[in-house]
Amino acid sequence: MPAVSKGDGMRGLAVFISDIRNCKSKEAEIKRINKELANIRSKFKGDKALDGYSKKKYVCKLLFIFLLGHDIDFGHMEAVNLLSSNKYTEKQIGYLFISVLVNSNSELIRLINNAIKNDLSSRNPTFMCLALHCIANVGSREMAEAFAGEIPRILVAGDTMDSVKQSAALCLLRLYKTSPDLVLMGEWTSRVVHLLNDQHMGVVTAAISLITCLSQKNPDEFKTCVSLAVSRLSRIVSSASTDLQDYTYYFVPAPWLSCKLLRLLQCYPPPEDGAVKGRLVECLETILNKAQEPPKSKKVQHSNAKNAILFEAISLIIHYDSEPNLLVRACNQLGQFLQHRETNLRYLALESMCTLASSEFSHEAVKTHIETVINALKTERDVSVRQRAADLLYAMCDRSNAKQIVAEMLSYLETADYSIREEMVLKVAILAEKYAVDYSWYVDTILNLIRIAGDYVSEEVWYRVIQIVINRDDVQGYAAKTVFEALQAPACHENMVKVGGYILGEFGNLIAGDPRSSPLVQFNLLHSKFHLCSVPTRALLLSAYIKFINLFPETKSTIQEVLRSDSQIRNSDVELQQRAVEYLKLSSIASTDVLATVLEEMPPFPERESSILAKLKKKKGPGAVSVNELEEGKREGGELNGGGERGGDSSSTPSPSADLLGLRAGPPVTAAAPSAGSLLVDVFSEAVKQPSPTAFLRLFVCKNNGVLFENQLLQIGIKSEYRQNLGRMYLFYGNKTSVQFVTFTTTVTCPGELQSHILHIHTWNSLEPLIEGGAQVQQVINIECLTDFSDAPLLNIKFRYGGALQNLTLKLPVTINKFFQPTEMASHDFFQRWKQLSLPQQEAQKIFKANHAMDTEVLKAKLLGLGMALLENVDPNPENFVCAGVIQTKAQQVGSLLRLEPNAQAQMYRLTVRSSKDTVSKRLCELLAEQF
Amino acid sequence: MQFMLLFSRQGKLRLQKWYVPLSDKEKKKITRELVQTVLARKPKMCSFLEWRDLKIVYKRYASLYFCCAIEDQDNELITLEIIHRYVELLDKYFGSVCELDIIFNFEKAYFILDEFLLGGEAQETSKKNVLKAIEQADLLQEDAKEAETPRSVLEEIGLT
Repeated sequence: MPAVSKGDGMRGLAVFISDIRNCKSKEAEIKRINKELANIRSKFKGDKALDGYSKKKYVCKLLFIFLLGHDIDFGHMEAVNLLSSNKYTEKQIGYLFISVLVNSNSELIRLINNAIKNDLSSRNPTFMCLALHCIANVGSREMAEAFAGEIPRILVAGDTMDSVKQSAALCLLRLYKTSPDLVLMGEWTSRVVHLLNDQHMGVVTAAISLITCLSQKNPDEFKTCVSLAVSRLSRIVSSASTDLQDYTYYFVPAPWLSCKLLRLLQCYPPPEDGAVKGRLVECLETILNKAQEPPKSKKVQHSNAKNAILFEAISLIIHYDSEPNLLVRACNQLGQFLQHRETNLRYLALESMCTLASSEFSHEAVKTHIETVINALKTERDVSVRQRAADLLYAMCDRSNAKQIVAEMLSYLETADYSIREEMVLKVAILAEKYAVDYSWYVDTILNLIRIAGDYVSEEVWYRVIQIVINRDDVQGYAAKTVFEALQAPACHENMVKVGGYILGEFGNLIAGDPRSSPLVQFNLLHSKFHLCSVPTRALLLSAYIKFINLFPETKSTIQEVLRSDSQIRNSDVELQQRAVEYLKLSSIASTDVLATVLEEMPPFPERESSILAKLKKKKGPGAVSVNELEEGKREGGELNGGGERGGDSSSTPSPSADLLGLRAGPPVTAAAPSAGSLLVDVFSEAVKQPSPTAFLRLFVCKNNGVLFENQLLQIGIKSEYRQNLGRMYLFYGNKTSVQFVTFTTTVTCPGELQSHILHIHTWNSLEPLIEGGAQVQQVINIECLTDFSDAPLLNIKFRYGGALQNLTLKLPVTINKFFQPTEMASHDFFQRWKQLSLPQQEAQKIFKANHAMDTEVLKAKLLGLGMALLENVDPNPENFVCAGVIQTKAQQVGSLLRLEPNAQAQMYRLTVRSSKDTVSKRLCELLAEQF
Repeated sequence: MQFMLLFSRQGKLRLQKWYVPLSDKEKKKITRELVQTVLARKPKMCSFLEWRDLKIVYKRYASLYFCCAIEDQDNELITLEIIHRYVELLDKYFGSVCELDIIFNFEKAYFILDEFLLGGEAQETSKKNVLKAIEQADLLQEDAKEAETPRSVLEEIGLT
């Protein structure tokens, strides 16, 4: 144990800490802690009033125990008592405890706020700072309510001490981040901006963080900060290294402040005032020049501080994207860093160059560094640096270097770190497609991908290669040949079998002339893999076999033999069994003509944006997507592409060729045969034409994907996913003409009170204002359901087509049922809950005439599409349907139960909905009554 | 900055400072994951890594790792120097600081941090000014101590 503890020693605390450190085992530690907790508890409860010192010591011990990772459920009151002590040291420990262990117990918050209020008005700067630190550390809404009005006053008052101003500025920033609605700058705005001119560098350093945050949200009100920031920056940049005394850090003048100034400027476009702009460009040039000067110190701190400013300046240059000269200089500077001996600099240079690659002014300059970057990918010892190199290669790729980059990335994949393989695979797949001039190269690349990193090839990737092969007849023979060769390998990845099965099933005839790949050889090759594959792949292979029977009648008996074997026709998996039975039957009873029609070659897919790109974007999406969500996204990737696209075709014979990729083991009820075009689940493949822009809402109640709107010029497809109270909607705008759409803009609004019920945020890909003829662009909207709602958000689209302004307003199909979570429950529970929701206003009922055929399977599919759980064996009458689900809104969860009673004779339905909220019952009833 | 963690080579957390509201459970989870990730990295590797949607900046000083989580648009290098300046402050205050100083005077480590960073942003970057504030506070403590009544013998040897 060290002999000294600084300041006032609390010997009891030090002894306790030593004891804990001397514990040989976790058990001993817990024992010691429990003993101490019991001791403290008895002291706090004891009759004898504790003096301030003891109270402080015990509170400090509790804090220590908490920081070790144990729960603390008492002592808060004692800590609050310390706040009103007039001894600084006791007050300080009290505040520390509150800051670390804040408890939203309202009684205590009131007491804490009282103590803070006293300290804030004490006019003792040390006490005021303590109180402000506490507010900044806790940052709760209650504190914002109590102090957001007072702090701006303290911040700008003429007689406030500098140190208090500093704390007040950052305290306000924290409150603004948690409760922006409560922090109103209003009259203070200009005085806060002028803190940038303050003489005290510490005050400027603290205030600028606040100003930056406020500027991001209200750029117009704060725009006067630009010229102030430029002149401040200019003074720092041109000052000698010793001018700023203690604000000089290892010979670099005010590095933190410089970075923050450059960061603030990134909230704004380049200054309009010529003089200000000139001064700023001069600063940026000086910063770039200084990078070339010999270092003033060998210490890494010197170069880090200097380069921190340099990188921030480069970010600003990239942000402006308007000064070709500076952009190229920035690129050259980063180029030097690419070969620097400091790993940190190499990492940052790669990262920063990625953004430079997307600027038209510097794209070519970035490309000149390709060899260095490839070398980095091969030789860097740190995976995070290699990751940056891979990102940069992706960003700098264009038609001129695609083959080289793809080849390098492929060879890197063989040894790549597991954590980045999936992303690498997506990137290779995208580049290969985007820059493919000859499609045999594309096919080779994707098959190589599967060979090298099959486990990381997601469904989107192999769906896409099939889609492209089907659409391009010039590559089909090559694809068949290559995949046939690839399948020769004794161990080949299951994804290869999938692609092989599909491609040979469609185009095996193109290579059947060669005796080495005769139909039977092809079949035997595929079938040799069959037993090693999972159920979905086997199902796909069975479909390939029936196609073989059509393509090559000579294989019929062999294949029928296989289908007839017990392991197929009596397979315990329903899907496999059903396919075997149906295909066997189809092959034996259908005439050649019928067979040929049913198993006709797949029609080409409509062109549209690659689903892989969407997946990568999703993976790299910004913001609050946590790792967990990404992983979930990965798992659900398949569903995204496959779910919900079942057509309404209720013919009772499933069409085998169409069902090829409908492999998802959904319950048979939902697996009504999809229309042939939906193989790859093209959001545009459904030939549903919208009768009128507003009538579509009805069509999307029970499904998430489809065509939202279509006219002569424009087609809008929609794809959406919902989880909990959040949704993400992908809108695809397709230009059906051969002429550009210009000034293409879209706005989403929530009319009236809907604004407070739904929150939508546009995200990453803000639309380009231009859509080329025949092209498609994608937009993503994030939706958050705050509370239940009945109206729908409006989507307004404006663009010019051949000079004429087109203006279109549609309702977005966001309905309350999208936020359903299905709830499974037993019959008993269902009726119990049903009874609990017995208030008259909780129930909504409608009796209406059937608009569609009363087909049980269709009804089930629709109810499932609604998002609730369809409960079997609950209603005593098997004709009736009952469902249960919970609507997830941010404000609350609304449990809902539903019962639908069809009356086939009368062709009528009775629909009853009960939920814990009356508006929800009513809305659900309205929505659903139009569905049947 | 979203949070700062100090932990030892053995993975023991020595100081934690959170600038965003998170539940205790989340904090523990993040700490566990991050300590593991950082400790698994070899020396000479770069000081930055992507983690979830944050950037992690870390540096090792003797037996202690200092680890900060910053947001996408934040500057990695300047964060590295934030860490260094904090180490300098501790060093100056304790006089060649070691892990034990931080264990036994954890409250001081928090006070110094609060003077330097507030709400995740640099409040005062001048070493002199930060230490002045802390020393002033210590002086207040000294005054207060003199006024206190002498403590019992039992207390002095740490038995209560």
